[in-house]
Amino acid sequence: MKHLLSAADLTAETAGQLLDTAEQMDAIQAREVKKLPALRGRTVVNLFFEDSTRTRSSFEIAGKWLSADVINVSAKGSSVSKGESLRDTALTVAALGVDALVVRHNASGAVQRVADWVGCHVINAGDGTHEHPTQALLDAFTLRRHVGELAGRHVVIVGDLAHSRVARSNVLLLRTLGAEVTLVAPPTLMPAGVAGWNCQTSWDLDATLAGKVAGDVDAVMMLRVQRERMGGAGSGRAGEVGYFPTEREYALGYGLSPDRLALLPDRAPVLHPGPMNRGLEISSAAADGDRSVVLDQVRAGVAVRMAVLYHVVAGAPETAPAGLIEVSA
Amino acid sequence: MAGSDTATPSDRSIRGDKSVLQSDDLSRVLDRIAHQILEKTRGGNDVVLLGIPTRGEFLARRLAERIATFGSTGVGLGTLDITLYRDDLRSHAVRPLGHTVEPAGGIDGKLVILVDDVLFSGRTIRAALDALTDLGRPRAVQLAVLIDRGHRQLPIRADYVGKNLPTSATEQVLVSLTETDGADGVSIGPGTVAGGAR
Repeated sequence: MKHLLSAADLTAETAGQLLDTAEQMDAIQAREVKKLPALRGRTVVNLFFEDSTRTRSSFEIAGKWLSADVINVSAKGSSVSKGESLRDTALTVAALGVDALVVRHNASGAVQRVADWVGCHVINAGDGTHEHPTQALLDAFTLRRHVGELAGRHVVIVGDLAHSRVARSNVLLLRTLGAEVTLVAPPTLMPAGVAGWNCQTSWDLDATLAGKVAGDVDAVMMLRVQRERMGGAGSGRAGEVGYFPTEREYALGYGLSPDRLALLPDRAPVLHPGPMNRGLEISSAAADGDRSVVLDQVRAGVAVRMAVLYHVVAGAPETAPAGLIEVSA
Repeated sequence: MAGSDTATPSDRSIRGDKSVLQSDDLSRVLDRIAHQILEKTRGGNDVVLLGIPTRGEFLARRLAERIATFGSTGVGLGTLDITLYRDDLRSHAVRPLGHTVEPAGGIDGKLVILVDDVLFSGRTIRAALDALTDLGRPRAVQLAVLIDRGHRQLPIRADYVGKNLPTSATEQVLVSLTETDGADGVSIGPGTVAGGAR
């Protein structure tokens, strides 16, 4: 694997290998010496143009546990704030002699562009509202631990789907792994073109959770209402673009309340990629309850990112098949 | 690990050119190694067998069963995956990882015996020694192999050897076990272009 840019790039076989590797990587958490030599002498740069806590720190820990040298470059306090272009920044950092760039950017498709420009490995750590493949992998990893193999399982994804890169990557990967997916959101927060996503959609959360829309639910994933991408609070009150009338109305219609939690089968875990807006898309009863696997997801993040770094960076460089000429911008 | 990974089971049946050990030979060899371990460790106290996947894992399991039968005490049993510690990670396509199972009591202060199928260059064992360091601090480390085929590239030798097998460096030693290949046996196959087993 030269890059990991989209969950769509992963076949069921590759995704299965990554998840199996992550299982082995996860065992390191129980060890006294949390260090594996696989990436010794390799340099990984976290190039983040957008805020992040768990993704950046888990990529950093993953790289360090694999003995890579990890450097963080964030847009704040870098030459980006002096007006340098994305291309110049990416080429500059790559010219330092790095083996892999882990890139997050607020523009969809920016990471793909970076991969076209630089010669090193590129891993997508979230681009705009497009994709977040390592999040999808860690969600699949967490789901596999709690509900077993994913083929035939039914996962419901609820919330601000229009602004979510997590939703798109998850639908792609879960479908690849054979799971059924139902997306639930108010009409204003359904992504454009969702009809082509190869999954079911619904506007009715209660009916979906009760299994009346697409059958019994094996897991539910709540997504954050991304106010920062809505140009305001999202509720259109102060003359902003409104996606829902009030936050209270959103919480009533699409929040995971204790009552809705009771609709779920006992075994169904509750996922949330974080950060959570408690009281908006998820109640504290759901976030802190027995079925919440939110912290398992964070822990899985390290193991999955170790697996991704190992598969992308560790091996010999892949040579292009004869007759294929790599075209670069 | 060393000596056999390049062949799939179907390859084996086709290329099992020259048989070296039959099923009952292999069983007797393992009996002997188990007795030698008991003798050399004075009854197998504090002994932990760590098999190196894939076939070393099953050999370690069989040895542990025999030691439990022949001796008075059972021994610890685990597996040690060395993939991440290999010195040729950069020159091959990415390898899938095996699993590491630490024995119940850990390895600190124990006498660890590494178990593998074929001892060849010694690089697998070098990697295993590094992997051990990250798991803990054994009192001592010994090595048991089913086949020693020579051609060492590192100063490593085995404490328990099932059979010394003179080979040319390009030949392949194929170890088959019931658990992984459907039948027990060891044979020598013709060399590969890449120079036989690693």
